[in-house]
Amino acid sequence: MYTETHSREMILKILSEIPDPEIPVITIKDLGILRNVELNSEGCRVTITPTYSGCPAMKAIEDQIRSTLQLHGIGNVEIKTLYAPVWTTDWISDEAKEKLRKYGIAPPEKKSLDKGSLLGKAKHPACPQCGSMNTEMISQFGSTACKALYRCKDCKEPFDYFKCI
Amino acid sequence: MDKQKALFQYCLRLADSSLIMGQRLSEWCGHGPVLEEDIALTNIALDLVGQATAILNYAGKVEGKGHTEDDLAFLRPEREFRNVLLAEQPNGDYAFTIARQFLFDVYQYYYYQSLQKSKDETLSALSEKSLKEVTYHLRHTSQWMLRLGDGTPESHERVQRAINELWMFTGDLFDMDEVDALLLKEGVSIDLKEVKGKWENHVAELLEKATLQLPVQTFMQAGSRAGKHTEHLGFLLAEMQYLQRTYPDVKW
Ligand SMILES: [Zn+2]
Repeated sequence: MYTETHSREMILKILSEIPDPEIPVITIKDLGILRNVELNSEGCRVTITPTYSGCPAMKAIEDQIRSTLQLHGIGNVEIKTLYAPVWTTDWISDEAKEKLRKYGIAPPEKKSLDKGSLLGKAKHPACPQCGSMNTEMISQFGSTACKALYRCKDCKEPFDYFKCI
Repeated sequence: MDKQKALFQYCLRLADSSLIMGQRLSEWCGHGPVLEEDIALTNIALDLVGQATAILNYAGKVEGKGHTEDDLAFLRPEREFRNVLLAEQPNGDYAFTIARQFLFDVYQYYYYQSLQKSKDETLSALSEKSLKEVTYHLRHTSQWMLRLGDGTPESHERVQRAINELWMFTGDLFDMDEVDALLLKEGVSIDLKEVKGKWENHVAELLEKATLQLPVQTFMQAGSRAGKHTEHLGFLLAEMQYLQRTYPDVKW
């Protein structure tokens, strides 16, 4: 019985090391996708929350959780998708934001989406390559649901910006 | 009608509108006028299909017949779909798609703002989540409405024609029936008359900024609440459901 060999904390630690399938420098724990682990006599229940409703990585993350636990002999896994409280980029730790920046993705700014600015000017995140603030948005929608596409007008490099929501 | 049946219908209305709009937008995949727009429309499609998936999953539980979200999406015939008529209208040119999406985004924006306060915890949570995504969609289509409306004579004419042609499908967005009446009393659903007021103000204000005329026609199509659709939905479903209809229960 795995509960004799694995505590909740150990399982949480194992799962905390799973990288995000689309941004492998940060983990599902860093992103705030991994919410909880509960043990009972039947098995183990893992609670996750999606970043975006249609995020195709969620299925990959579920598979990764199952296969990782399988490697540790934990087979009876239930995965619960939780919608409330709603995921926000405010949950991404400062440490993880720094990892994003080093990876070439401008991290989300402090405050989540400003709902008042429907027609407002786009934000100007600092260029993750050279640090310049002289940047402009190319498109609000980028290579994945969570990112927007920007370019730096100083070093001329395009970069992804992790959108605030 | 009891509360459970009403809630099931209500979930279908919400989910089907997102699903059909997402399916329409995904038809642009690989055909966008520029790469960024191709990516933008498919991103919006992905959000909408994601929202539909979550609500259909809940609908299946409310119905209590063991149907999954996939069963509900792929195995219901046209007359059982409850999406708004606006969502099923064909893409047309880019101005038409943007105009349709803009009218829908404003609708979803105020709809979810209101539904966040629902006493139904699942609907409330999904609304709060969806609203964040819809805010991005609306920001995108608003900017395009301004660019096209206040752009060249041709872009202005095309987007004006699109708004005029789509206008008769906007009344259907706010129709209420016994399902709404029952759930409104329970604090589960929202009053679409309030959403309508906000929608009209918002649309009128933006059209003016975009130098476009607010249509004056008064005839409105109706029927989506009862599963009566325009001729376009059947063709859309034929494509969307083809695989599950041809190879029942196939998995890949
Ligand atoms: Zn730079």
